[in-house]
Amino acid sequence: MPDAAATPHRWAGSPPNGWQVLRRNRVAMFCFWYLVVVALAAIFVPVFLPAEVKMVSESSYVPPSWCEGGISHHLLGTDVNGQDLFYRLLTGARVSLGVGLVAALVSLIIGGTYGMISGYAGGRVDGGMMRLVDILNSVPSLLFVMIFIAAFDGYFTDALDGLRLWGQREQWGWMEAWAGAMIPYKRIFLLVLSLGFIQWLTMARIVRGQVLVLKELAFVTASRAMGQRGWSIIWKHLWPNLSTIVLTYLTLTIPAVIRDESFLSFLGLGIEDPAASWGSLLKDGAQVINPLDSKWWLLAFPAGLMSTSLLALNFLGDGLRDAFDPRSSD
Amino acid sequence: MFAFILRRFLSSLVVLGFVVSLTFLLSVSQKGGPFEREKLSAAAKAERESKYQLDGSKWSQLERYVKRLLRGDLNVSLRYQDLSVTEVLGQKLPNSLILGGSAFVIAAVGGVAMGFVAAMRKDSALDVTSMFFALAAISIPSFITGPLFVALFGLKLGWLPIGGFGTIPQLIMPSICLALPFLAYVARLTRNSLLDVKSQNYMRTAKAKGLDDATALARHAMKVAILPVVTYLGPMAAYVLTGSFVVESVFNISGLGMVFVNAIQNTDPFLLTGAVVVYSALLVFFNFVVDVMYTFLDKRIQLHA
Repeated sequence: MPDAAATPHRWAGSPPNGWQVLRRNRVAMFCFWYLVVVALAAIFVPVFLPAEVKMVSESSYVPPSWCEGGISHHLLGTDVNGQDLFYRLLTGARVSLGVGLVAALVSLIIGGTYGMISGYAGGRVDGGMMRLVDILNSVPSLLFVMIFIAAFDGYFTDALDGLRLWGQREQWGWMEAWAGAMIPYKRIFLLVLSLGFIQWLTMARIVRGQVLVLKELAFVTASRAMGQRGWSIIWKHLWPNLSTIVLTYLTLTIPAVIRDESFLSFLGLGIEDPAASWGSLLKDGAQVINPLDSKWWLLAFPAGLMSTSLLALNFLGDGLRDAFDPRSSD
Repeated sequence: MFAFILRRFLSSLVVLGFVVSLTFLLSVSQKGGPFEREKLSAAAKAERESKYQLDGSKWSQLERYVKRLLRGDLNVSLRYQDLSVTEVLGQKLPNSLILGGSAFVIAAVGGVAMGFVAAMRKDSALDVTSMFFALAAISIPSFITGPLFVALFGLKLGWLPIGGFGTIPQLIMPSICLALPFLAYVARLTRNSLLDVKSQNYMRTAKAKGLDDATALARHAMKVAILPVVTYLGPMAAYVLTGSFVVESVFNISGLGMVFVNAIQNTDPFLLTGAVVVYSALLVFFNFVVDVMYTFLDKRIQLHA
């Protein structure tokens, strides 16, 4: 090694903080603001749309408003049932982003706890737990999600219907209304649960790796010497030091979940009409491709919005990883 | 070594047994059972259930199913006019194997090559653009690229056929569509892993003795850098397999994926479990091979069986 003092560009000052690294990453920041705009639009714009846009109408397959034959209030055209594509894209974004976020949180809880226990326990326990993760990693888990959804769909509908009837009998109007309104969206619950259950493996691996390093550090030994027990060391000392890396992999889990959810919806095993998600919109779009009469808007707009959003999430996740986990290589 | 292989083999069998049992139990516990939709009288339903050995408790059904399975009998499909599951799967499996196999090879070979080139010219325009496209390809799933490819190359430009399966031109679009995200992932993995190895001392030695960049990377760095890629091959096989479902549906290929999806939608428990048996047997075997291969490739691994 050359003498450090002799090099002209000797680096002085404190090491850069992860957030500063992230803020300097222009691509990641652009993606962050893009996602904020998409999320805010999905939450608020549908509220302000006129009621006639939200309903099924006679005018099916109307092209976007700037094309020949377009109608001005159907900005991006309509689908087979005359539903407005712009409105459905935004409500689909609510479902897709919502499922992605909540399922990623479910995976965080499972994977974080698992990785923490595995890393903190160490030794044979750790070896066995990580072997299980390896095995699960090579199982095609989406197959199980499909089978699981098919198996429990009926029971879940019954449970919601039971709630609705119970509300009716007891004169609890809110419960009757809520359960009735939830029935078309029942698959969302199943999707969130099952996708969260299959996406925790990476999180477990990352958290475990960090805990293995952290638990050997002096401040952990010190707090153990002062008589703190395992669980309080985990929550007070390890967890805060994991937060940024967890945030990074949480950001990378969201697009994975969205992709899986859309995959299932595309095959007709996920979100169903009247609810929409990006995947189910793409399915509708892909079904009407034919050489003679192209209904390109039904494919192009969902594909565009979904791929840019996934791209933005992945770029943001990559930026976070560069900022907070520069050693990782995959 | 032998003890290690034996242990891995036995644990693979345990995984296989667990996967098959779970699938069977889930698929027979669908609400109302497989004959719900036929609106049968109670007696007729009971008769059909006993004919197909779907009567009694779930556990006894599983027990009878596993006994038949061990004799190599996958029972019959309830929806394909009572064809045996083996016949249905045997008909569809070749298409899926061709599609999945070619996508797998494209992804592995293409990904390693792309990652190698990017690592060799680190931070060049080529590196930056190829890694940008890699991240884009990872982000955009095949059910978006599939219909877009069909619309663009099939319908608009007319370069490639959009339907049918069997000839090489018909195979190009679906297999590339299926391979693209995995190719991109392998490329990123290879690049990063090569760059990690590149900074090691022995690489400086290789350069000091006069090897040029490409030879040093290919001869010395690749041996170590390929290991994470080999580890990824197992999970990748599983992803290619599920990924082929949408590709088969977009390109109208009658393969195992469509059988699986239809079996779920039509509540056909034996066909469904049969497909899962084939899938997991393939994957478990493949992972076993990768495991063994890995221990041969990585000389640093100590086997404590």
